[in-house]
Amino acid sequence: MSTEPLLELSSLTVDFATEDGGSRTLLAGLDLTLAPGEALGLVGESGSGKSMTVRAITRLLPPAATARGAIRFEGRDVASMDAAALRAYRDGGVGLIFQDPRAHINPTKRIGAFLTEALRHNRGLGRGEALARAEAVLAEVGIDDPARRLRQYPQEVSGGMLQRVMIASVLLAEPRLILADEPTTALDVTIQREVVAILDRLRRERGMGMVFITHDLDLALAVCGQVAVMYAGRIVELRSAESLHERAAHPYTRGLLGSRPAIDARAPRLTAIPGRPVSAFEAGPGCAFAPRCAFATRACESEPPQLVPFEGGLVRCARVEEIHAERTDKRTSKEATA
Amino acid sequence: MRTTLRKAARTLGRSGTASAVLLLVVVAAALAAPLLAPHDPNQGNLLDAYGGPSGAHLLGSDGIGRDILSRLVFGARTSLLGPALVVGISLLVGVPLALAASWYGGWVDAVVARVFDLVYALPGLLLAVLTVALFGPGLTPAVAALSVAYVPFLARIVRAAARQQRVSPYVDALAVQGFGMLRITGRHILRNIAPVVVGQAAIAFGYALLDLASLSYLGLAVQAPTPDWGVMVSDSDALLKGYWLPVAAPGVLIVLTVLALTVLGARISGDKPPGYLKRRRRSAAPPDRTAVGAAA
Amino acid sequence: MGRLLVRRLGGLATTLLLSSLVIFGSLYLAPGSPENVLFGNRMPTAAARAAARHRLHLDQPLPVRYWDWLTGVLHGDLGTSMVTGQPVADRIGAGLSTTVLLVAMTMVLVVVVGLAMGLAAALLPGRVDAAVSTLTSVSVTVPPFVASTLLISVFAVRMGWFPASGLGEGLGGRIDGLVLPACAMAVLSCGFLGRVTRNAVREQLEREHVQTALVRGLPRLVVLRTHVLRNALAPIVTAVGLLTAGTFASTLVVESAFAVPGIGQLTIQSVAQKDFPVVQAVALLLVGAFVVCNAASDLVQAVVDPRLRETGSTS
Repeated sequence: MSTEPLLELSSLTVDFATEDGGSRTLLAGLDLTLAPGEALGLVGESGSGKSMTVRAITRLLPPAATARGAIRFEGRDVASMDAAALRAYRDGGVGLIFQDPRAHINPTKRIGAFLTEALRHNRGLGRGEALARAEAVLAEVGIDDPARRLRQYPQEVSGGMLQRVMIASVLLAEPRLILADEPTTALDVTIQREVVAILDRLRRERGMGMVFITHDLDLALAVCGQVAVMYAGRIVELRSAESLHERAAHPYTRGLLGSRPAIDARAPRLTAIPGRPVSAFEAGPGCAFAPRCAFATRACESEPPQLVPFEGGLVRCARVEEIHAERTDKRTSKEATA
Repeated sequence: MRTTLRKAARTLGRSGTASAVLLLVVVAAALAAPLLAPHDPNQGNLLDAYGGPSGAHLLGSDGIGRDILSRLVFGARTSLLGPALVVGISLLVGVPLALAASWYGGWVDAVVARVFDLVYALPGLLLAVLTVALFGPGLTPAVAALSVAYVPFLARIVRAAARQQRVSPYVDALAVQGFGMLRITGRHILRNIAPVVVGQAAIAFGYALLDLASLSYLGLAVQAPTPDWGVMVSDSDALLKGYWLPVAAPGVLIVLTVLALTVLGARISGDKPPGYLKRRRRSAAPPDRTAVGAAA
Repeated sequence: MGRLLVRRLGGLATTLLLSSLVIFGSLYLAPGSPENVLFGNRMPTAAARAAARHRLHLDQPLPVRYWDWLTGVLHGDLGTSMVTGQPVADRIGAGLSTTVLLVAMTMVLVVVVGLAMGLAAALLPGRVDAAVSTLTSVSVTVPPFVASTLLISVFAVRMGWFPASGLGEGLGGRIDGLVLPACAMAVLSCGFLGRVTRNAVREQLEREHVQTALVRGLPRLVVLRTHVLRNALAPIVTAVGLLTAGTFASTLVVESAFAVPGIGQLTIQSVAQKDFPVVQAVALLLVGAFVVCNAASDLVQAVVDPRLRETGSTS
């Protein structure tokens, strides 16, 4: 018996209408599957289309953007939901943690009102009961004196605490899928780890699925079972978190791994990926990464590569076999000389 | 010449250009009134009283047979002169005060700002009515009172704009080069905020026109036989007898002129035309907002 | 919040005191002696003039007269009309209720129509927005006196639905007579409020926290009410305060146009008759109304937006 996937994206494409009547592709055919209770990391630089993915899943795309392809949540097509079904899906189906809690929480209302409004409007809970639940969840996300916090306004608490409030608000709705859109980017580095740890623990305890969006590959590896690396609106590599360190095959993934300072690595200096990241509409006809790739050939710039299975994952690189062979050659020759 | 005009038209947009043309026509009519007016504005033929539009009187005539079109054309003179004086005096007083306040900051700024706020709290119309109570009715006391009332309207905006300039690096750069306050504010700051000043002056011109016309309507500014748009609207005799043209024509002219002034003023000071919001959302919204934030 | 209230009330009292000084002082400086009003065209004897000056306390120094007047005002004694000999308080009392009723009717109209237009424009982008925006930009340039004449011409003279001047008997008659004056003042204000409302609601609609509310599955109407409109309230309240204050000033024009026996008409009449005690009192009253409206809107804003409350109490 195969369990139904929690979330399934097939050939998801997002186009943006421009002022002059043209359109720009931001997401070019995304295929993803997430099983219930699993966590998937979506990693990429700005413009890679990861946030558009989240917006498409929650049907929160800006008016100028249109999505094609299919998004299925527990087998149901999200695009064809009517208003009532969409509300039910957003209430308890998916929960979205935004990047900037300061902007995403209404500044004129108390934290208590923010936490309880969904419970009261959608679930018909009374004020007292809703507040009691909110208080309990605030304590769970590690907030001291939750009763007092409920009476405070957002501008009276720190950014880190506000992000915990945001996480608490999502947990309160008990969704089957959490979408976390760079939940810690706006926070101090020291607080980042703490917040991610809390999110990870509570998600596992409750058996919720999660799509974790970040530009920080390490963060994704720490909390996700699977990681999809995105570049210019496409997945360039998809594999399990534990195998990514060892077997990263795409030159871009390897670039990302090389450009971060690792304590255990003996590399004398960081290697940076030359050039700047591009969006899907800026890319040429071939591989979008080719202009920045050390291994690119003429053919790379004209032929679009396909996502192919490689060493237990999926890789979008035409030369992956050759590059890999080269690498194994080097390694074996090194071992031989040693 | 032609390209300059085309460029101006492009910056002002369609409604801005239409407003500019309308205002040019009104100003030209005021200047060339004796040449353009078909009749003497103050000489009436009682036989023509309340005559409808005809070949001789394009917009008809009023209760004592005076030609309405001629009165409108001559009326443009007093109707525009008053607000022009008000705005001119307010600018002369307000702009230096605002520039000085923004340059020196500290207590100078605090005092000037407080005085502006205080005057701003008084309605210009009330101030003008009080002044007329003191000095008797006439254009001069009305203009004097409104000039005072309009100083803060213009100066508050100039002060805010100049303060923004004051803290920008180029001002520090100039000061380091040894340029003085007069030269920097006069040559650089004032030039950079000129669009805001001119735009707000146009809008203030519109409001001053409304206020002065209201006062003339009440019989407190321009006095009755003189052709003036506000005075013409106060012709209650025509109104109650059911002749609407002698009253509606100057009324509509006032509204159109003020509308043109506000539209033009908004365009010059850089406000976006209505509908801009919608278009902006379509095009310039960053395609990936969170990712843009993450790039930092 | 309490401290903000005290601060605002203090500022209000200061402004009123200063303007009372300006009003009293400027009338003192007026060319021509006030007692001339009493004599009209007659040339009084020196003794008669001195007697009149004494009776009006004009023979005393300015600070003494100001102090007497001010303490009188605080005790409800506004002086005596130089034209009718009635106490000024009586003359004002008769018109005050009419003017307040007129302003109240105008503002009800402005709030209902202005909010409706602004909301329609903000929530229905495209053709409705374009139409309403055009309407509001025209209507903000229609001054009350032009609107008055147009309304009289159509609804009083042509249709005969409402009186062109004066008020009828009883509350019904008064309201009937005040409909057209209220409309005349509302035209400009409706346009203004409509514009402010549209921009405020538009701005809130684009805010991120509205997306949060939507993505939590809250019904659209709830999101609109509890987030968009709630947060757009602050600029709208400011505008209503400003417009109420401006409406008090507009009564000067409109009450004269419709011969409404209120404070505005009394002011214009007294100015024409040089009845200084009355002018002083009504001017102070109108300035007071103006300042109170502004202060009230500040306070309501602080209630509506907790962020303002914060800065208000700490600074």
